[in-house]
Amino acid sequence: MADVTVFDDPLVVAGETFRSRLWIGTAGYPNQKVLLDSVRASRAEMVTMSIRRVSLAGQGFDTVRLLKDYKFLPNTAGCETARDAILTAELAREALETNWIKLEVIGDRETLYPDVQELLKATEELIARGFTVLPYCNDDPVVCQRLADLGAAAVMPMGSLIGSGMGVANPANIELICRRSPVPVVVDAGIGTASDAVIAMELGAAAVLLNTAVAKAADPVRMAAAMGHAVEAGRLAYLAGRIPRRGRAEPSSPQLGLVGS
Amino acid sequence: MELTVNGEVRISQAANVAELLKEELEEGHSQRGIAVALNGQVVPRAEWQNARISKGDRVEIVRALPGG
Repeated sequence: MADVTVFDDPLVVAGETFRSRLWIGTAGYPNQKVLLDSVRASRAEMVTMSIRRVSLAGQGFDTVRLLKDYKFLPNTAGCETARDAILTAELAREALETNWIKLEVIGDRETLYPDVQELLKATEELIARGFTVLPYCNDDPVVCQRLADLGAAAVMPMGSLIGSGMGVANPANIELICRRSPVPVVVDAGIGTASDAVIAMELGAAAVLLNTAVAKAADPVRMAAAMGHAVEAGRLAYLAGRIPRRGRAEPSSPQLGLVGS
Repeated sequence: MELTVNGEVRISQAANVAELLKEELEEGHSQRGIAVALNGQVVPRAEWQNARISKGDRVEIVRALPGG
């Protein structure tokens, strides 16, 4: 029997091929070893990074060296204007030698909801400057369409609030976005545990991006492995096509030849 | 000479970006993952030696850190 694996079904974003449909964040792990072991256990090929001013308090550990075997996806986390996000992206391109950018432009510090107007503006400008732009955005089909129209390489709608662990809050929206999107849809933020990642993939997401669910789990390495399996399971189930829901029982064993009278 | 580095006023003797990095970074600080902007424009690594610094310049020195 042929092996049934997701390796028959690579993810392609902006012409780059990924065997794994999990992208993983690198922040908030208990230590460097747990971070590296978790990334390995997740089988992700791409990791997210942030760009921050150098602190005189010291350099901390060298994550760039630690994760040198992985593709870096720098973010613009914390930026509140297109202007700041563009400069951060330019610095990230130089620091990490990649033109890929996870574009975040935040409109509200409490909910970390995107500022759509600034996000669209920054997307357009960064694409003009040759970036491969992956915007973190609302789970809104029209916003996702606008971003794709501007040339975003993928759209990354939120499952739910960043770091909340509430899972996919609006599955109907995510499904709608996945059905209509001309570019890959990466569900970003809100994943709390493996079943949330499965659901995102079953709804048709091309990939899942998560961080806190693994970094803050009681056992991050185990949770990372669980997430790796979850995206594969969800993807396979999506491709396989689920049975319809019905309100009554349907016996699965043959009804003829029952023993007894 | 007075400069603004990462939003803070500094007195520096550096003539170019490479010299400023020597002043600002701890000895032995890895230069991987570092990037510099001078008055809002990124200075490519290959230009650090040539990029002259003048009084009143605004410099951003950043590095890649863990992120989500």
